Amino acid sequence: MSTKNITKPKKKTKAGSNGSSFDNLEIFLLHLPTTIWYLVFCYAPMFGVIIAFKKYKPKMGKSFLWSLFNNSKWCGLDNFKFLIESSYFETMIKTTVLYNIVFIILGILIPVTLAILFNEIYSKKLAKTCQTMMFLPHFLSWVVISYFVYAFLSTDFGLVNNAAKALGMVPADARNHNWYQDKNFWMYFLVFLNIWKGMGYSMVVYMASISGIDAELYEAALIDGATKTQQVKYITLPLLRPTISIMFILAVGNIFRSDFGLFYQATRNSGALTDVTQTIDVYVYKALLERSDVNFSSAAAFLQSVVGCLTIVGANLLVKKIDPEAGLF
Amino acid sequence: MAKKEKQSVLQYTRVKPVTNVFISILFIFLGLICLMPALLVLIVSFSSDVSIRYQGYSYIPMSWSLESYAYLVKQSGYIGRAFLNSIGITIVGTLLGLVTTSTMGFALSRPNYRLRKFFTWFIFIPMLFSGGLVASYMINTQILMMKDTYAALVLPICCSSFYCIIMRTFFQTTVPDAVIESAKIDGARMIRIFVQIVLPISLPAIATIGLFLTFAYWNDWMMAKYYISGNKHDLFPLQYVLISLEENISFLTRNASNMAAGERTNIPSETVRMAMVVISVLPIACSYPFFQKYFVSGLTIGAVKG
Repeated sequence: MSTKNITKPKKKTKAGSNGSSFDNLEIFLLHLPTTIWYLVFCYAPMFGVIIAFKKYKPKMGKSFLWSLFNNSKWCGLDNFKFLIESSYFETMIKTTVLYNIVFIILGILIPVTLAILFNEIYSKKLAKTCQTMMFLPHFLSWVVISYFVYAFLSTDFGLVNNAAKALGMVPADARNHNWYQDKNFWMYFLVFLNIWKGMGYSMVVYMASISGIDAELYEAALIDGATKTQQVKYITLPLLRPTISIMFILAVGNIFRSDFGLFYQATRNSGALTDVTQTIDVYVYKALLERSDVNFSSAAAFLQSVVGCLTIVGANLLVKKIDPEAGLF
Repeated sequence: MAKKEKQSVLQYTRVKPVTNVFISILFIFLGLICLMPALLVLIVSFSSDVSIRYQGYSYIPMSWSLESYAYLVKQSGYIGRAFLNSIGITIVGTLLGLVTTSTMGFALSRPNYRLRKFFTWFIFIPMLFSGGLVASYMINTQILMMKDTYAALVLPICCSSFYCIIMRTFFQTTVPDAVIESAKIDGARMIRIFVQIVLPISLPAIATIGLFLTFAYWNDWMMAKYYISGNKHDLFPLQYVLISLEENISFLTRNASNMAAGERTNIPSETVRMAMVVISVLPIACSYPFFQKYFVSGLTIGAVKG
């Protein structure tokens, strides 16, 4: 998983024949389609961010570019000003960042703990079976998961409401609880869902690094009489640090992004839950595709990109300061 | 050999049997938490509509039935189309993704390639900064005119810097330079070396990335949500049919000219919904236990330092 030092490819010391210009041309032609893909789908949108600084006004029968350059006035930071002054801006930033902080902390603590415990199971067969089961949610889309959730939480037919009645926890004639309007429940349930889906995958990431640890270290520790806890504390955890810091940088870099599927699809886009589910991504989607509000949504998307870029560079600097070897780039 | 040694050492560092029991129970519990919701949906899809109406969704329905699946078979024109769409998108997308990522990975792995440094940054920058949804949406719909086309479901997600880097790392570490050099001395061109030598020895990486792409395309619903209008039923992939299921069940009712009038009101909608979910999950649920090890190896390939 570690994408260590992405921008510094390994220097080959072996002196091969210097690439002739013909070789260079051929290699270039080989990856030309990929280059075009990047230009069209990654770099063109980067220049598209100028929409955020314009008052976009489409004109019937004219192309997008014509409207953008000839029909839309530059408006400086007006779009951002309106966005920041709008009533939902604060909620949206708060929701996104707070959830992400919780996700980052739990998303490292839980899988690391599980990965360490997992290696201690005697029966390898049992371990393998459990791992396979835990991996399942990773392979499912949020659409499918939203139906899983619905099977439990549906007001009339849901398992939870019916089981509560059958077990006598709720009087049989009471009105069914409408879970899809229960903000307080979803606040915690969203965290659970996120951990539930990602648990199996991130556990494997850490297990892969644990299995790379030299067994001799444990042997030496054993001879010195170290207990299991001491081994974990002084061998496993320190050697996991590079992986943990990479996962941390990646997660912090995404602190202004959110899983659109989790917040929009799994909650069935329930209006009553807006306070706890309206993250920046959900807002941008709704503003763009439901209200066709290009100005607001482009401003929000631009903020998200810029701040995201700054946070990932910042997190990388921070981690590198603590441990110069551990940076992502 | 090394593995055996490690195990023998680990025998002495084992946890106590009691702890083992606790850990095992914890993991069985976690495994079940992940599996049980899927099981519930599967059981509901085989329940009869009457039992749903009477007792709701349940692990132990009063009566079993195949009516939901029978209904889906009856609607096979519509569902089948979505199924074929999903398969087509997945195959084309995976192939395109493999071509784009492997060629770029190969170029970045060649130590003598003059533009290597430039293109390493070229694919790295989009990992840090992106134009965001609005700019991409405007360009894809207004300039590339991809609204309501299959291209919109395939192209925007076919390449990723992360996959390119995994490919590059794999080529760097497993394809010996000597092989390429000797092929060059024999007079082979770079393109031929790539297709006939590098690709065949890199099958594990190709399989891993191919698998990542296959699951990503099969599960993708965002592209359809962004770029496909609600009335273009011909273009719907399976996942998008699931999203708009509520509308679609009524759509089916209205358009079911092949159904008798009495049948129209009798759609077992609660169970049909879950049967649809089962159909879209089934290919994945049946195949991932076998491919799991490639996923894990994909993660470890990426872990080899670049």
